[in-house]
Amino acid sequence: MAAPLTLLLIVAVTIRAALFRSSLAELIAERVEVVSPITAWKRVVEGLALLDLGVSPYSGDVFHETPLIIYMFHFLVDYAEITFMLADVITAVALYMAVKEYNKQVFRKQKFALEADRYPMDSLELIRSPKEMYYIPLKVAMFYLLNPFTILSCVAKSTCGLNNAVLALFFLSTIKGNVLLSAIFLCLATYQSIYPITLCAPAMLYFMQRQYIPVNFRRVSFWWFIVQYLFMYLGSLFVLICLSFFLLGSWDYLPSVYGFILSVPDLTPNIGLFWYFFAEMFEHFRLFFLCVFQINVFFYTIPLSIKLKEHPVFLMFMQLAVISIFKSYPTVGDVALYLAFLPVWSHLHRFLRNIFLVSCVLLACSVLFPVLWHLWIYAGSANSNFYYAITLLFNVAQILLVSDYFYAFLRREHHLTNGLYLKRKDGSEATLILK
Amino acid sequence: MTPYGSSSLAGSTHDALTRKSTTASRKMAAHRCSCSSWLFILFSLSVFVVADIHETTPVNDHHGGADHNAQTAEQTADQPAVEGRRWEATEVKEAATVDAAADTQGTSAPETVVPSSVPQPKDDFQEELVIRPLHSGDIYASFQFRTLWDTDFMRENKVSHYRLFPKSLGQVISKFSVRELHISFTQGYWRTMQWGQPFIPSPPGAELWVWFQDSVTDVDATWKELTNVLSGIFCASLNFIDSTNTVQPSASFKPLGIGNVTDHSFLRYATLPREIVCTENLTPWKKLLPCGSKAGLAVLLKSEKLFHSSFHSQAVHIRSVCQDWQCKTTSWELRQTVNSVFDLHNSGQAKREWSLFKMFSRTLTEACPLASSSKLYIDITDNPQGEQFELSPATSLLSQAVVLGDRRTFSVYDLTQETTFGSVRSLNLLIRWKSNEGEMLRPLLHAERYVAGYGLQTGEIHTLMYNNHPYRSFPVLLLDSVPWYLRLYIHTLSVTSKGKDNKPSYIHYEPSKDRVKPHLLEMLIQLPPNSVTEVTVQFERALLKWTEYPPDPNHGFYVGSSVISSLVPSTVAMDTNSTRERPLFSSFFPCKEESSYFVRIYTEPLLVNLPTPDFSMPYNVICLTCTVVAVGYGSLYNLLTRSFQIEEPNPGLAKRIANVIRKMRGVPPL
Repeated sequence: MAAPLTLLLIVAVTIRAALFRSSLAELIAERVEVVSPITAWKRVVEGLALLDLGVSPYSGDVFHETPLIIYMFHFLVDYAEITFMLADVITAVALYMAVKEYNKQVFRKQKFALEADRYPMDSLELIRSPKEMYYIPLKVAMFYLLNPFTILSCVAKSTCGLNNAVLALFFLSTIKGNVLLSAIFLCLATYQSIYPITLCAPAMLYFMQRQYIPVNFRRVSFWWFIVQYLFMYLGSLFVLICLSFFLLGSWDYLPSVYGFILSVPDLTPNIGLFWYFFAEMFEHFRLFFLCVFQINVFFYTIPLSIKLKEHPVFLMFMQLAVISIFKSYPTVGDVALYLAFLPVWSHLHRFLRNIFLVSCVLLACSVLFPVLWHLWIYAGSANSNFYYAITLLFNVAQILLVSDYFYAFLRREHHLTNGLYLKRKDGSEATLILK
Repeated sequence: MTPYGSSSLAGSTHDALTRKSTTASRKMAAHRCSCSSWLFILFSLSVFVVADIHETTPVNDHHGGADHNAQTAEQTADQPAVEGRRWEATEVKEAATVDAAADTQGTSAPETVVPSSVPQPKDDFQEELVIRPLHSGDIYASFQFRTLWDTDFMRENKVSHYRLFPKSLGQVISKFSVRELHISFTQGYWRTMQWGQPFIPSPPGAELWVWFQDSVTDVDATWKELTNVLSGIFCASLNFIDSTNTVQPSASFKPLGIGNVTDHSFLRYATLPREIVCTENLTPWKKLLPCGSKAGLAVLLKSEKLFHSSFHSQAVHIRSVCQDWQCKTTSWELRQTVNSVFDLHNSGQAKREWSLFKMFSRTLTEACPLASSSKLYIDITDNPQGEQFELSPATSLLSQAVVLGDRRTFSVYDLTQETTFGSVRSLNLLIRWKSNEGEMLRPLLHAERYVAGYGLQTGEIHTLMYNNHPYRSFPVLLLDSVPWYLRLYIHTLSVTSKGKDNKPSYIHYEPSKDRVKPHLLEMLIQLPPNSVTEVTVQFERALLKWTEYPPDPNHGFYVGSSVISSLVPSTVAMDTNSTRERPLFSSFFPCKEESSYFVRIYTEPLLVNLPTPDFSMPYNVICLTCTVVAVGYGSLYNLLTRSFQIEEPNPGLAKRIANVIRKMRGVPPL
């Protein structure tokens, strides 16, 4: 399996290197879909320039990346292209290894269940074979590396690629069962953009499942594990925040990075729902809706964790998707990360209801984004509503995609316990509905 | 020697005496005669004139047009006797007196000899109008009114008795502990390339800059309050000055009065480029004058004519100045100025002639009775022999002054003299042009600015600075204050002159904060001789909240002028010793160095378009976005709370009603 992966990596790096050399790179770096005010490379360079001038990069409102990023690029700015390509490669390899390991576990669990005769006879065709699972890790890596969204994001040098790498490493260390590393990478991801804090729940559920700790509020071992994990997580977060403080000598970065993410002052158009909503918001409702929209991102963690406590990896996928849809400054790079997980759920395809429609809408939107942007900003023949309409459609399609996968996953689980061909009381063929 | 001697016998007012000594000393310094002995001048004046010409000749070769003026001035100086003109300050006899006085006082400069016998009033008012015919055919009229008051607004017991100084401004000074205040309202843009340098420059719109005393603790709050008070005093929208358009320049705006302040945290600078200036601003301005618009030069300031001009600027400058040469005591100076350019040439009359009545629809009948001096100057530098235009009534009084590095000759009408008004008791100055050729001296420093790029996403600000000096380079300070909604990227800043990178030797940059403070960029750039220096910086246009747009959002947003401050090499050497008795228009900017003079230039304001949201959409957007969020919430809620069940055939309505009834009866349902 190493050979195809190597080939894939070479192809992916070649594409990126070619695009970096072409004149398209500058054009891509300006695209609002690809870079957000937080992740734009132009702003990172601006932050570096401000540092050189002896001005705190956080004294202005142009730079919003974290202090670690700016110090990293203080040394790496000449090797930025390599850094971003490397980040993509790391993400792909980490996802590859993680999914491989995860598939092994799935297969083992399935074997135990089969041996214990837990599946009804007619649902045997839902059982996954090693043959079809063999290429999934490679497909995941391919979905990530060859996804146009990822390529654009990398060529634009959006720091989103680095966040994705950290999240992929978190995923890998979680799957491998390394609690400390998992906490550290999760903390790094949180430090970068707050929202990954919701991934705490799936990580803890996964570790508890792996260490056979029952998810039971009355058990000491359950609480002990949570305390352990949170201690590692918060401890490394504390270290990171203090480290940032000592790098800059001030707490200016806290409002400038996290306040900026949470209060959404920059209304530059992007693919998310926030910009136009808050541009058109009545001022006295602003705070209320801001809270509603931000809580929306974090809120799904609790019910999803309860519903999916047996399936933490799927929960993680759901969380990543929810974050990338509802976060305040989403870019296509965020979308690319959760799209890379789709091959892992390829066994759900028979239960998906509107995958064709959704993928058509997603494709059409991706094409229409630059078209309508041009019409609005350059040609002046359209207005902001056109672009806004496309962001709405794009988000609806994403929501449908995610809920479709969720539906399919739940339905498969239902069939695995109740049999595939359900009958009514009178013996006729039954249709399954949600009630 | 002879011409000076003959003219010296003419007039002999005490006033003229002091002025004479001033001019003489100015000439001395001008020609770098290190000799301080007056006797030497007396006996070697002829040699002096010759040496003078010798000194200016080499300069001629380099300076092009500039020397022409200098030489013309010399020629004029040689000929007054022939033409019967009288120089304002050339009385050798009196000079000898002053000389004696100066000797008794040791090394003190001549202006300390101001009649000490006369008890000097504690306050003093002077008014002055300078008219300069411009080569473009326009007329530049500059009014200056100066009130000097020897008082201390900062002392414990409040100043309560006001005579000439306006009480409203006095109270502002003491209440807000103002050290210096400069405010200007301008309509139109000063075209440096056509009109040369103005005496007092100002940017289009409103400009306000204030130095506060060190005693002010909360400068921002004081500034906020001050702008609101000034807004009331001048009927202007100065209340729109807030933190988003206020900056603290670190180098460009030094105090013009005394006091060597370096801590720029007491300085606030703001411009409102969109401010419209009109009658309602002029009326309160005129009320600050001791004579109002009832007498003196201010009667000419009639709004119906004044605002019918190509350029109009009114300003108030308050600062503290030295009272005497040693600067032992200080007094407050209030300067009120009006500068305007009248486009008479193109205004329909085929005849090229103008008069006070044509310009202002008024004539002068008297000086302000409260004024200690009231004068009208006509710039005749380019018209030494009367070949360009003809002045009527003619005056025999001439004056010379070095203004903005250029020696100018002026005809002077002293309004305090009865004879000025003649038999008709009114002065209607008339200039009749004879020829319309003659070229203007190109300004040495000149700047322009524009926005490049297309679309509403990004753009680039270009600032071009021209150094027209043939062989000298000089540094300029460029100040740019850009509103936050144009996000500047300082790493894209490039300064090039003559195709080469010209790295600024000093950069002070304060990035903007959204909705809080603007960008401030200050740079010290060396301009090579005879070159164009281009400063470019890229910006990104922000999308604002719909309530943050003005009522006409697609008109665009104004960005205030860049300010270019510089010490420009002088075409004539300047003397620094006379701070007191020079005409007012030449003594505004303090000048430390002899070989250069201070110039401040304002570029054009920019008009930049921003992307706009659809202003009719708030309800729709709120509904639609919330719908999408609800779709997400609803579909997840559905899947989270419900479970899969086998669909049972739906019982009919009758059956369901029957079942309800059976349930109430306690009978098992059907």
